Amino acid sequence: MRELKEGRDWSSMPRTDFEDYRSTELRAPKQAPIRLESGWDQSVALTPVWPTLAEAEADLTSNGRVNGEPIGERIIVEGKILDDAGRAVPGALVEIWQANAAGRYIHREEIHPAPLDPNFLGAGRAITAADGSYRFVTIKPGSYPWGNHRNAWRPAHIHFSIFGAGLAQRLITQMYFPGDPTLPYDPIFNSTADAAVRNRLISRFSMEDTVPEWAHCYKFDIVVSGAFATPFEEGHDHG
Amino acid sequence: MADMMGFGDMDLGDRGGEHRYKYKDAVGQPSSVGPTPSQTVGPFFAYGLTPGPYGYAHKEIHATSLLPSESDETQILIEGQVFDGAGVPVHDAIVEIVQADSAGNYASAPRNDGFTGFGRCGTGAGGLAAKGGDTHFRFHTVKPGATGDGQAPFVTVIVTMRGLLNHCITRLYFPGDQHDDDLVMRQVPQERRTTLVAEETGPNRYRFDVHMQGERETVFFDL
Repeated sequence: MRELKEGRDWSSMPRTDFEDYRSTELRAPKQAPIRLESGWDQSVALTPVWPTLAEAEADLTSNGRVNGEPIGERIIVEGKILDDAGRAVPGALVEIWQANAAGRYIHREEIHPAPLDPNFLGAGRAITAADGSYRFVTIKPGSYPWGNHRNAWRPAHIHFSIFGAGLAQRLITQMYFPGDPTLPYDPIFNSTADAAVRNRLISRFSMEDTVPEWAHCYKFDIVVSGAFATPFEEGHDHG
Repeated sequence: MADMMGFGDMDLGDRGGEHRYKYKDAVGQPSSVGPTPSQTVGPFFAYGLTPGPYGYAHKEIHATSLLPSESDETQILIEGQVFDGAGVPVHDAIVEIVQADSAGNYASAPRNDGFTGFGRCGTGAGGLAAKGGDTHFRFHTVKPGATGDGQAPFVTVIVTMRGLLNHCITRLYFPGDQHDDDLVMRQVPQERRTTLVAEETGPNRYRFDVHMQGERETVFFDL
């Protein structure tokens, strides 16, 4: 049995009870999660079988088309899923969802008075390749207001859900854009105390990977925990 | 193309090439390497993660049934609600379960019997709780077998929602099984163990409520 290596790296995580984000008040557990010494077999505890995904599922500019192209700035969002030792996480399920260029989600209970785009669903998914890489083509999302406090605006962001190998590699996060002027005012982004750590949530504009005449590229590598301590992988290439 | 755009001989750069007109480093760039912080799933995940029951035009990759309905196996229903600290059912939580099959084996590759070992359900497909919407999650599955020595049969449950900045992981155990020797249960304070045991509400029917806070706050694990 492969045992738990350790709990989550809480120094890199937001405070669950971060009070500036008001919805935490009734939803954040009051008790600390129990740190197990042993007994939860990580090698098999989470090994779901993902279906084969068509490449088109990672193209949000095409998977919601009804009668034309979605409106907004087309962008490429790509990166790698890595573990905390720098190893690629292949076969990970990466799911994204986001607002459209006007800052509007298609969700039924969304009431922000910005236009829906009939040709944009705003959701896609991919399985990482052998080198841990993923690539989405989408529309740059808009900022939108929310009810947390007066004049509260979410910075433009893309939601990410990651399933790697084992429960330790489950991660739900959000990707932000460099230079967004609303980032300093957002309680969700700022729920992680250390600025150097929370800035990991900001994607990097890459001119090298921007495709001429077509789309800007934003790079976003995601680091998840190591799946489990295993003596077999000592000396593994960290590249 | 450059001439056509009226830029004369300006170097617009090329993929992998040099970029003459980059003047300075941009601001707001990542400044350290390490684990990516978690963020809330937010209120609007359904069309991406659980589109089917909500009626969104997006194919679901994982449903609330962990095996085909025509399976010969005895199926069980696991249902419950997620409650906030005021005792109000949460209508925008997402609940994921992972479990072994009835023989205690995980589905680590596609199987002939169609058992996936993974299910996902949103609690808002029935609409807002305040408007009388059904906020239950429901999974059709099999009762898992024990996965090894010192393991009582269990289902891993992952819960997250708007207002939760880090997802929560817990375990569902079944009433009637012997839990006292379970290696994980033994590390849970005696008085909190009942939060992990489902209630049998009928033949092959179990209820498992998740309480985020309060006297019955569910035990979550740090992993």
